Amino acid sequence: MKDQIRAILKEHARLAVDVDALADDGDLYQAGMTSHASVNVMLALEGAFDVEFPDRMLRRGVFESVAAIRDALTELTKDR
Amino acid sequence: MRDHPLKTEETVSSPLEAVQRIATEIAGPAADAVDREARFPVEAIDALKKARMMSALVPRELGGFGCGMIELAAMCEALGQHCASAAMVFAMHHIQVASVLRHAMGQPYYRDYVTELTRGQLLVASATSEVGIGGEMRASKCAVAPGAGGRFTLDKDCTTISYGAQADDILFQARRNADSPPNDQIFVLVRKKDFTLTQKGAWDTLGMRGTCSPPFLLQSTGEDGQIFATPFADVASETQVPFSHVLWSNVWLGIAVGAVRRARAFVRQQARAKPGTVPPSALRLAEVASMLQSMRTNVHDVASECETLMKDDVQGTKALSSIAFALKMNNLKVSSSQMVAQIVHQALQICGIMGYKNDSKFAVGRHLRDALSAALMVGNDRIYATNASMLLVLKDD
Ligand SMILES: Cc1cc2nc3c(=O)[nH]c(=O)nc-3n(C[C@H](O)[C@H](O)[C@H](O)COP(=O)(O)OP(=O)(O)OC[C@H]3O[C@@H](n4cnc5c(N)ncnc54)[C@H](O)[C@@H]3O)c2cc1C
Repeated sequence: MKDQIRAILKEHARLAVDVDALADDGDLYQAGMTSHASVNVMLALEGAFDVEFPDRMLRRGVFESVAAIRDALTELTKDR
Repeated sequence: MRDHPLKTEETVSSPLEAVQRIATEIAGPAADAVDREARFPVEAIDALKKARMMSALVPRELGGFGCGMIELAAMCEALGQHCASAAMVFAMHHIQVASVLRHAMGQPYYRDYVTELTRGQLLVASATSEVGIGGEMRASKCAVAPGAGGRFTLDKDCTTISYGAQADDILFQARRNADSPPNDQIFVLVRKKDFTLTQKGAWDTLGMRGTCSPPFLLQSTGEDGQIFATPFADVASETQVPFSHVLWSNVWLGIAVGAVRRARAFVRQQARAKPGTVPPSALRLAEVASMLQSMRTNVHDVASECETLMKDDVQGTKALSSIAFALKMNNLKVSSSQMVAQIVHQALQICGIMGYKNDSKFAVGRHLRDALSAALMVGNDRIYATNASMLLVLKDD
């Protein structure tokens, strides 16, 4: 799952650094992800993992790192 | 009756009432001169300082009035009815104070600063907009440069600093350091003794002329302890955006109320001239009264939701950083900025030539010119573009 998240970030997060240089808990916003880019990341994640983030999950903290995104996806897919 | 350290001659029962009196007795009478001469509303701001209103949000135990957002919003509306420039200065100052109070009180520098601000009734300006960036607050070009002895230097080329020349201190965002991407921003207050402002143009505008907001080159230094430990991203979503949009909207609501008041007086005068017939303008007045009610309801509703969320440290803070909340705040800004212009325009239609004449008691020209700034103060299309993007993921579930 983490590799897939990283691939999506590489394509859509428009980071100022290489996403592979970032630790799992590295701050994506500090690495240059704008709010606009984060929306594209959310859309790509919803498409790739066939999930829909409910509105309560649509906030900065949930998408701030690879680990945080993984936790959110795990929560959404745990009943499958 | 609420006790408070007001220093006015006569007693008033609340800070809000004190501001209402300043609005009608001091800001209002000076408003036309402030507008005509594009000068700072010095008498209103001095009176607000004398009444200790620059620290209205500061908790009582630190010497302030401990007002919340709703009370402050009502103050902005009261001032806005009589002098939009004075109201906007007051609003912008408090957006800055709110940010310090919510995000920086864990830092020794700011605990002392708030005491100093309260004692000296300091006026704080905002240098958010940057040349080459425009109204996008979440991107910066300028960056903090570390210096010797725990100090930094920081220069910003600013498109607009309202009351920059009159301010004691300036609060603004910058990139964390020279290597940071544009959105990795810190927030910092710089002090009058540590900055120079070089004015780079004039402020000769259609409206909001008394805000005195020309472009400036800001060159500053400060102690590292002046840099907020909280990243600007959090300050922006939890405080700067909600406070700005709520307080600005209340200033605009005040402008609308002020213009409609003149329209009502005009229609009453017509009615009195011919008792027994309803003047045709009364129909338009009925329409604008309904528009004003919608605007007021929207502004008050969002303010009360904000105040509730801001009081809840855990769930509230989460909600403040959500896309759903950001959308709601942005909707408030675009709708109230459009409503104020429509309402004032309608008031002009009602008053006719008597509203168009600057020397008439029904004049609404100043209101209209002031109202037209609302849609530009962070361009509405910029905000719509952000909302359009957020709506791609929001489900309204
Ligand atoms: C009375 C007043 C007082 C002010 N005081 C201050 C102050 O004290 N401190 C401060 O920092 N700022 C202040 N400002 C705000 C500052 O002037 C803003 O930066 C400015 O209003 C926006 O600048 P701009 O019009 O060049 O807009 P830009 O943001 O550069 O936008 C230009 C135009 O492009 C549109 N646009 C931009 N992005 C997009 C997009 N993505 N999609 C579609 N359209 C877009 C905008 O809507 C606008 O029409 C003040 C403004 C006013 C009116």
